[in-house]
Amino acid sequence: MKEEAKELTGAQIFVESLLKLKVDLIFGYPGGVVLPLYDELFKYQKPRHILVRHEQGAVHMADGYARSTGRVGVALVTSGPGATNTVTGIATAYMDSIPIVVFTGQVPTHMIGNDAFQEADIVGITRPCVKHSYLVRDTKDLAQTIAEAFYIAASGKQGPVLVDLPKDVLVNQAKFTFPESVELRSYKPNVSAHVKQIERLADALEESKRPVLYVGGGMISANAADELKKLSHHTHAPVTETLMGLGSFPTADPLQLGMLGMHGTYRANMAVSHCDLLVALGARFDDRVTGKIDEFAPHAKKAHVDIDPTSISKNVKVDIPVVSDLKDALKKLNTEIAKRKADWRHKHEDWLAQIAEWKAANKMRYQPKKNIIKPQFVVEEIDRITGGDAIFTTEVGQNQMWAAQFLKLNRPRTFLTSGGLGTMGYGFPAAIGAQAAFPDKIVIDIAGDASIQMNIQELGTAMQYRLPVIVVILNNGFLGMVRQWQQLFHGRRYAYSCTEFQPDFVKLAESYGALGLRVEKPEEVGPSLERAIAARKPTLIDCVVDREENVYPMVPAGAPITKMLLA
Amino acid sequence: MRHTISVLVENKFGVLSRIAGLFSGRGFNIESLSVAPTLDSSTSRMTIVTRGDDDIVEQITKQLNKLIDVIKVVDFTRDEEFVEREIVLVKLNAEPSNRAEILRMTEIFRGKVVDVSARTYTIEVTGTEGKVGAFIEMVKPLGVIEIARSGKIAMSRGKKSLG
Repeated sequence: MKEEAKELTGAQIFVESLLKLKVDLIFGYPGGVVLPLYDELFKYQKPRHILVRHEQGAVHMADGYARSTGRVGVALVTSGPGATNTVTGIATAYMDSIPIVVFTGQVPTHMIGNDAFQEADIVGITRPCVKHSYLVRDTKDLAQTIAEAFYIAASGKQGPVLVDLPKDVLVNQAKFTFPESVELRSYKPNVSAHVKQIERLADALEESKRPVLYVGGGMISANAADELKKLSHHTHAPVTETLMGLGSFPTADPLQLGMLGMHGTYRANMAVSHCDLLVALGARFDDRVTGKIDEFAPHAKKAHVDIDPTSISKNVKVDIPVVSDLKDALKKLNTEIAKRKADWRHKHEDWLAQIAEWKAANKMRYQPKKNIIKPQFVVEEIDRITGGDAIFTTEVGQNQMWAAQFLKLNRPRTFLTSGGLGTMGYGFPAAIGAQAAFPDKIVIDIAGDASIQMNIQELGTAMQYRLPVIVVILNNGFLGMVRQWQQLFHGRRYAYSCTEFQPDFVKLAESYGALGLRVEKPEEVGPSLERAIAARKPTLIDCVVDREENVYPMVPAGAPITKMLLA
Repeated sequence: MRHTISVLVENKFGVLSRIAGLFSGRGFNIESLSVAPTLDSSTSRMTIVTRGDDDIVEQITKQLNKLIDVIKVVDFTRDEEFVEREIVLVKLNAEPSNRAEILRMTEIFRGKVVDVSARTYTIEVTGTEGKVGAFIEMVKPLGVIEIARSGKIAMSRGKKSLG
């Protein structure tokens, strides 16, 4: 016999719905209008709630959780300032297509629009940076809305969904039935690749003498790394990754070209600029990748597989468009390729030889100094000591680029970085989110001294929940990337880019009860990392690095990507 | 080039601002927009007139389709034969000297007088955008006080329908 649906309060429906969705973690911060909800979270004692120190941190943590696990991350905040503090986190997730659901409190429905205490039109404020949003007006719609929010966040091109919850909706009662599945007439995420287009793509690969596979963050969202490896290894087609695509294809693979674009490798940028076929896989021809767009991959026929039709032919005209889930498309492509009789092994030997020449001509490198720590060396030490078996996050700027250039990544979902929005202050809370999802893994935030201070308050969160995140600060006393641009393009006028005052990071960490280490000599870097890993507690390592070290190669903004400054 | 696009949307809270926000946020322009519920009160139909080269209009239709509340998008200008209508109300100074001319113009354009006062006539004209525009041009010299245009609505010819 079917159980009669029970009358529950909105707050109870909220918790029951999250449990139905198997949500295990919420990152949140209570406040006035969401107190009924917090009361239920207290009574249920699940899902587990992590109290953050700032709402922006909650959203980045949910984002870090989502990127590292592939599951939907959840943040919960109160109305007004609680809600507005989430905006940067939501925009970060939106630009990188990360599935999160952000629940915001709202004043009671009858007070909306009256400028009530802690009222903000958060649906309006976030409209341009959400995949979708809801203002729930009636308790009886709540369960359905939550089900839709999770479905929309996680399907198609993933992204953040905001659900605004007025206080009366949480207090009032309604019958609770949770939908078994969600069907929306206006939203049919196109998932399956068209066979004819796959055949055309296979033809193009067969005809190509100089192919390049150009892989973006979509590869990670689609969990299609195995299919990518199969495609690349079978066809001997080299792979280049965007910042967002890093981890899709092992760094050490002989067919790996490294990252492309503004701070990409010499060989990747040369290969893309000379290829005759460029196959974009879940990448979107972003300006940091293409440089001067008219001169991007000028000799190439272009194919583009993407789940988002708006990404196709947005920046670059594409010859073979394939709107599809990447995993589905690659499976079909691999099947199709297997039927072809091309001599894949020898078909573009010359091309691979040319790439090897480019690789030999310009390796990713830096000039070590005896008594000064080079930031790149710190990243290499992190890589050496962890053996790549860790989850890495970054802040934004030079730290992010050095991490991208010098880490050797073997698996997807191990490199979490704010690619599209470029959010300083992302890395530390994202690391906490990842660590909460994987308590036993080593999680390291590669940070700068400026960006770490944007969300450093989350040390409190890391301590409270014993999340042993390691923050490695590449401390150069500058807003490093800003300073680099000022040096190169603004006549060395370092306008307000020097943080002349800094806290004592060691004491700061210690004041939270965390481990603080200061490292001033190259030979201390490794041992300090080993100590941090052994300590299994939140750790800040303040690495004093060469102050005016630059990130190279660098393509000046707007230049073609073959015009690289190499040192 | 100008394009006339019809959009069938879920008749939900905030859907108009999602569409308007999409155009402003991505730098697309809207020349006119009209919206009202359809036979099915859970959906609304919008007619948007926009301007842009083919690539831009393609982006516009794709971006509209990407919105969760959008059910269907048809670019009439690109894809279909269609009929279009617009309605305008024009309030004119009605002096003894120009009343006859106003009425003559109204007759030529098959318009109607919908309101009369001691000093004013309000005229309704329905037709294509071109016809409505031409009527306004013709009566301008007669002393227009204000106009209200509905913006274009459109529908495909023959059996095809939006939803």
